[in-house]
Formats: sequence, C-alpha cells, structure tokens
Amino acid sequence: MKTASTLEKILASGELAVTSECGPPRGALPEKIRAKADLLRGYVDAVNVTDNQTAMVRMSSLAACILLRQMGLHPILQMVTRDRNRLAMQSDILGAYAHGIDTMLCLSGDHPHFGDHPMAAAVHDIDSIQMIQMVKDMRDAGVFQGGEKIDGPPRMFIGAAANPFADPFELRVSRLAKKVKAGVDFIQTQCIYNLDKFEKWMEGVRNRGLHEQVYILAGITPMKSVGMARYMKHKVPGMDVPDEVVKRLGGVPKDKQADEGIKICLETIARLKNVEGVRGFHLMAIEWEQKVPEIVERAGLLPRPEGLTLDVQNVLGGKP
Amino acid sequence: MITAERKPMQELIQCIKPYRSILLAGCNECVTVCAAGGRKEVGVLAAALKLHFLKEGQPLEIQEITLERQCDPEYVEQMAPSIGQVDAVLSMACGCGVQEVARRFQDKPVFPALNTKFMGASERQGVWAERCQGCGDCVLGFTAGVCPVARCSKRLFNGPCGGSSNGKCEVDPNLDCAWQLIWDRLKSLGLTERYEENLPAKDWRPAGGAGPRKIVREDMAL
Repeated sequence: MKTASTLEKILASGELAVTSECGPPRGALPEKIRAKADLLRGYVDAVNVTDNQTAMVRMSSLAACILLRQMGLHPILQMVTRDRNRLAMQSDILGAYAHGIDTMLCLSGDHPHFGDHPMAAAVHDIDSIQMIQMVKDMRDAGVFQGGEKIDGPPRMFIGAAANPFADPFELRVSRLAKKVKAGVDFIQTQCIYNLDKFEKWMEGVRNRGLHEQVYILAGITPMKSVGMARYMKHKVPGMDVPDEVVKRLGGVPKDKQADEGIKICLETIARLKNVEGVRGFHLMAIEWEQKVPEIVERAGLLPRPEGLTLDVQNVLGGKP
Repeated sequence: MITAERKPMQELIQCIKPYRSILLAGCNECVTVCAAGGRKEVGVLAAALKLHFLKEGQPLEIQEITLERQCDPEYVEQMAPSIGQVDAVLSMACGCGVQEVARRFQDKPVFPALNTKFMGASERQGVWAERCQGCGDCVLGFTAGVCPVARCSKRLFNGPCGGSSNGKCEVDPNLDCAWQLIWDRLKSLGLTERYEENLPAKDWRPAGGAGPRKIVREDMAL
C-alpha cells in the first residue's frame, strides 16, 4: 500500500469501488454540505469534493473535505491548477493531510470563461500532469516541488481525470499513459454515454497494459430529462451523448424521463462491470445526490465493504 | 510583432480634454504594420479629434509626428523641438513607446492612444493572433513549432484538456486547440512518440517571475 487511503484499500482488494461527489455550497453554511454528504453515507467508499467547479466561487474544497472527514466520511480533495500556484497547492495538501484527508484528484479545472468570475486571472502555474508528479514526489521522495525536504510528507492517494471522448481521440490513451508515468494511482473518467467509444478506449488502455498500472473508475451521470441530455450533448465541452440516448429519453413522457435516465445509467453500469480494467464507478449525480443510494443498490453494488465507509472512531482518535 | 488597437474615441477625448495643444505621436514599427498607430492612423485620429473639439467650441491644436521607433531614445529625441510647444503628448505607439516618451520628457503628460495587445502574427488580411508571451525559455523546438504557453487557454504543457473538440478550444469555437495543432505537426514530422515525454513544471523566472526583465549585452555596450 502506498497510502492509508480507504479507496486504495478497497481497490487493492479487487472489489469494485464506488465514489460519488459533493459540490460545496455557494455560501458559508456547513449544514448544506453535511446534508448532501449524509445522503451518501454507507453507499459510497469516498466522496469527491469539487474545487470551485464550473469556475464558480464555492466553499473551498479543503474546508468542505474537513467537514466530511469530521462526519467520518472519506473525502477526495479535488484541486485545480486554475486557482493556485504551486506554493498554495502544496500548503493546502499539507493542511489536508494534517486533517486526515489522504486522497485527492488533480485537475486543470474549467476555464474562468465559463464561471461567475470571467474577469479573473487564471493561474496555471503548473498543469494537471505536473501536479500529479508534484504530489507523488511529495509522497514518495518526501520533497517539495522546489526540491527541499518535507518534515512529515503527506501520503496522498493520487487521482486524476480522463476524458476518452475529447479530441483528438487517437492520443487519449497516450494522455492516460502520461498521467501514469507522472504517478497517478486512480482515474475517474468523464461521464460515459457512448459505451462503444469508451470500450474502444479501454481496449487501447489494455493493449498498453495501463489498466494494470492504474485503477480506472468509470464516470456515470444519470440523466434527469431529455433537456439535460440535449444540454450535455450540445453545451458541455468534451461530452459525448449519442443521439440514441437523447431519442430514448425523448421517447417517454416527461414524468417518466427521470426513471428512464436511471434505467440507462443502471444498464451502463451493468455493461461496464464486464469491461476488463474497469475497477469501479464514479457516480456524479449532479444536483441529484439523493438518487445515489438507489443507483448503488439497484446496480448491485451493495453492501459497501464493511467497516471502511464508517470509521468515526478513527477520526475521533485523531489519526489520519 | 507587437499588436495594438486604438482606444475608444470617448476615452481619448476624456484624456486630452484639459489641454489646448497636443503632440500626436505615431510609430513606424509594429503598430504601423497592424494599422493601429502609424502615420496614416495619426492623420485620421488628428482629424477626428480636431473636428470633435471644434464642434465643442474648444479648438484643439494638434502637431503630428511619426517616429521611426518610439521605443528607442535616439528617435524619441526627435520630439524634443516640439515638446515645449504642446501641453501633452498622445502616443500612438505600444506601451513601450509611451513609456519611453514619458521617461524622456519628465514634466510632460503622456497618454496612450492604443491598447497594446499581444505579440502575434498576421493570420490573414486584417486578422492578427497571439503567438508568443515572451516566457524567456522557448519550448517551440519541443512542441513542434506551436506554443502551448501563448496558444493553450489553460497553458497546458502535456497535451489537450478534456474540452478539446473537433480541433477547437472549449473557450471559443473560433480558437484552434493548440494541442490539436501540436499533435497534427508531430504526426507530420513523424515525431508522435515525443508526445509521451512529460514536460516538467516550468521555471517562470525567465518569464518575469523574478521581476521586470532586462537584457544586458556587454559586447554591445558602449
């Protein structure tokens, strides 16, 4: 084991892992994120806490991760290169680890252009692959990016994203290979709707043996309505929603579309369970967190590994 | 070249309103090429300003001059004979020229008539696009002649983000994805294996991270 991360333990055991996510609130009310997170308790192994997602200001990922940790959940600290330089990143990583947060996700982040502060300067001191390398060196070599030794290195289980559907498709496996080379431990993919294309990407991943070097969690987002499907298809960069999905949702009455969305999502999970190299699922139920328990249950992913999802004792003991 | 665009007329009028006579100074270099501040643009702006202030009943006297280079003290000196006859200078050079004029004529108000934009190239008639941010440690030899610092919206050094779509950037569908261009060039050059070499975190000191930059050539210094 490289770390004490619960997610690492579950993945290493060979069990399919389940992660989900919580977007921190657009305000300073801790009960909001606690309520969202509480819905996930016992149904997922770890919870991503987004970092100013869609470039909108929210409660900091680190602060929200601490709140989740205090609830005995296992937060995954998301960190984007957009808002922090390498000094700020490293200090937040040290702080996170000191609070028992041992799993993180390295991202470049949505461009400020899409958010509520389009006038902000984006930092981009380092890119997401360089961030992976930095966190790995902090853990394995015990050094800061600048080269100095760390007094008590943070042992982070390192995640990153992969989008098999962005262009150019032919270098998407290579891009994963670069992240593996930099030291990534697990991957959460972009939402999968085009299963054929995803399976083609996975074939490329397996051909290079990358599936044996990194744990891949398939990204799943249930569609609430045909409107959402159309929006994702046309408005969200790097999203691949085939016409069949839009047609299928459009083919049922409005009040049945959410159910149909869940059905599609369950079928997707069922099919992907059989894809060699898929080691778990990352459920991104956007503003629909209350559906996660149902999806996990109906997908046959319960019970979650016992004693791992709830370790309040450990938190109370103060040890990461 | 350094590209620039003229500021809105209203902003220029506000700047020079308090003055009765100005020296309108163009530059014969980059801003002439990008049609923002050369001799021709000096003439056009002078005529427009004169007309405006005449209509306001406050005639403005404008002397016109276009220097070979406004960023060079040798040429800026050519403004010396006129400077005592005017209340202020309106410079149509890039920010480098404006500052050189301000440095030389300590007690004369100087205003920029242009917004200096970027170092770029002409894509076609009337279109200029950013190509270089002067990061001080050129990586073009590695990235197949396409700059990820200046041309990737997220300044990624290791490949396209998840928002690259049909060769375009997620920020603007009219903007080429720099990494698509790099990948296409690497393919043409038969160098695709190079893509998998991870570029390490950049040292930003040569890019200005160590404070304002200066080049000193001892071999040329007098």
